[in-house]
Amino acid sequence: MPDQFLFAMEVILNGLMAGVLYALVALGFVLIYKASGIFNYAQGVMALFAALTLVGIMEGQVPFSHLINAIFGTEIHHFGWHVPALLAIAMTMVVMVGLAWAVQKFIFRHLVNQEPILLFMATIGLAFVMEGIGDIMWGAEIKKLDIGLPQGINDWIDVTTFEAFGYGFFIDNLDISATIVAIILVGALIAFSQYTKQGRALRAVADDHQAALSVGISLNFIWILVWSIAGFVALVAGIMWGAKSGVQFSLSLIALKALPVLMLGGFTSIPGAIVGGLIIGVGEKLFEFLIGPMVGGATENWFAYVLALIFLVFRPQGLFGEKIIERV
Amino acid sequence: MRLLTMATAAIMAASPVMADLVFPSLSYRTGPYAANGIPFADGYEDYFTLLNERDGGIGGVAARVIECETGYNTEKGVECYEATKGEGALVYQPLSTGITYQLIPKATADGIPVHSMGYGRTSAKNGAVFSNIFNYPANYWDGASHAVNHILDENGGDISGKKIALVYHNSAYGKEPIRTLTELSGKHGFELMEVAVDHPGQEQKSQWLQIRQQRPDYVLMWGWGVMNQVAIQEAANIRFPMDKFIGIWWSGSENDVLPAGDGADGYKALTFHNLGKDYPLFDDLQKYVVDAGKAAGAGDQVGTALYNRGMYAAMLAAEAAKTAQGIHGTAEITPAMMRDGMEALEITEAKMTELGLPGFGPEFSVSCENHGGNGLGAVAQWDAGAGEWNLITGYEASDQEVIGALVEEDSGAFAAENGITPSCS
Repeated sequence: MPDQFLFAMEVILNGLMAGVLYALVALGFVLIYKASGIFNYAQGVMALFAALTLVGIMEGQVPFSHLINAIFGTEIHHFGWHVPALLAIAMTMVVMVGLAWAVQKFIFRHLVNQEPILLFMATIGLAFVMEGIGDIMWGAEIKKLDIGLPQGINDWIDVTTFEAFGYGFFIDNLDISATIVAIILVGALIAFSQYTKQGRALRAVADDHQAALSVGISLNFIWILVWSIAGFVALVAGIMWGAKSGVQFSLSLIALKALPVLMLGGFTSIPGAIVGGLIIGVGEKLFEFLIGPMVGGATENWFAYVLALIFLVFRPQGLFGEKIIERV
Repeated sequence: MRLLTMATAAIMAASPVMADLVFPSLSYRTGPYAANGIPFADGYEDYFTLLNERDGGIGGVAARVIECETGYNTEKGVECYEATKGEGALVYQPLSTGITYQLIPKATADGIPVHSMGYGRTSAKNGAVFSNIFNYPANYWDGASHAVNHILDENGGDISGKKIALVYHNSAYGKEPIRTLTELSGKHGFELMEVAVDHPGQEQKSQWLQIRQQRPDYVLMWGWGVMNQVAIQEAANIRFPMDKFIGIWWSGSENDVLPAGDGADGYKALTFHNLGKDYPLFDDLQKYVVDAGKAAGAGDQVGTALYNRGMYAAMLAAEAAKTAQGIHGTAEITPAMMRDGMEALEITEAKMTELGLPGFGPEFSVSCENHGGNGLGAVAQWDAGAGEWNLITGYEASDQEVIGALVEEDSGAFAAENGITPSCS
């Protein structure tokens, strides 16, 4: 087979894998938007905060140690223990649920029935506050995140494709893990929303929160629940992205990768986030491979938005979004 | 008590006031680049704290560091400059090529020197055009040449037919070495492959697939922040030999290699100063600054590559201030005097040894014609097992035949655009 065709195949496969990582970030946005109509600007920072908390707990780091030391003149930085990854993930989830409760209690409970733009502005404020708290709590240095996920080239795929085509494909083991985790996550989310009482309540709130309220569903509980789930999705995204680059403050910028996915897939659809992520992932990688060398490269950031805008023009609600029809 | 306070105030008011020597620190302790900004800012401030605590300042006058947070944002950097220049700022170290470009006309008009050490506009080396801008001891074009020289050394002086990829941050900073590398590829016969990475560089799969498919012999990197960590991880993922992967000095800190763990072992980076803390000066830093609780940070960054760079920048600023004090016969120097001191700066091994930093940096001298020093640089290699950088070459010269001509051309174009008559009178 010609080399260029094989290279393109490799690029498409890697684009699909990258798309899964984008979709993981986009899922958090979709969950909150669907349930509460809030476009959560802080989703990227939530991923950062979750990853920082996870590493901090795993490493036995004392939260707010710089602040404590500055006030009390102490020199404490670590508890001196290491927490196993699974336990640390569970403990981080407790923190994220606490965060969801605090966000609801101190911010959005007071903004019920406000204009969407005000809710959006509140999430911008929340993003900066969380970034600041994350810095004070865990420090700004780059942290290595290792929860035991394999990284690097998958040898089996490399050897198998080499034997078949004379060229070994590169697929990162971490991307394979991310794909498996994303499939499980989406399956769990669908099962939760279809087969549990809370899930059905969540869907009811998403459809019409006033009607849901009238049948006795607690909006407060549902919103805490949905922010908690978004927190869990943020934790998963933070783990996958943090494993690639270390946990650092630029992790919050992964939100930028989710925006074109949302534009394309729709803000209210979980399958839309997945399919949107895959289309963006493959589209940007293929464009970079085919056209990038002719225009100096670095096309991925802007091409993702071009792709999303094209979809937006022809289908404003996104591929799977709900069409908004307002009758006069 | 109140009487005592009043008496103290009266005595202080009657005493002659010695103005501080002000060194603004345009730092970034927040945002995506904080992990790099913090150690540099800590090293910069700690050195001046050491001079104050140990020597009573510079020439008997206390040094005062005014820190202003830029977040590595050009607009904020300019705001910081405007907000602090009235304090009597002697020299600015913007730690950002973008901010440096903005400050070149402003600082020149205000008569305040700027030291863009290893970054900024490379052709500022020509002091006849850029009267207030200094970029000693080395610049990006020197760096490009050092990398190619190192590859030449590894290949017995012949790299014709080799393929060298440049993975660069798609910004003014990242594009700086392209012109030099293009010239050098013509001179030495290697093929240059340009691979751009968009900001911030968290996703580089396409770029590293391209590298895997095209199999360059060497990869050079001009990156910053998360781009570095991801690039090193991706290189490890595709099993690119790390000893053939060379980063510029801004891609050569512990932050860049630690996330990749053992995969980063053997990765190389250029540098214009030494690494680690095995120098007498660090004993003083520990005693007078860290142990005394006066460190700018927690003291845990001392000896890291970026801390050392910040400290080295402060040391060069302090030595320039001393030179200025000597030239003008006054301890209380102005920004204009500081500029003169920077232009007459001479760093010798004897001086470095006297400062407690033997072999820490290259010897160099500055003149009106040459604001960039001698352009010497070295190659460091990461030892993942020991968790440390080691210099594997001495401080070696760059190809001034190529770089000198480029500096002349670029600075000449700048002078023509801005109506500047080059002068060293």
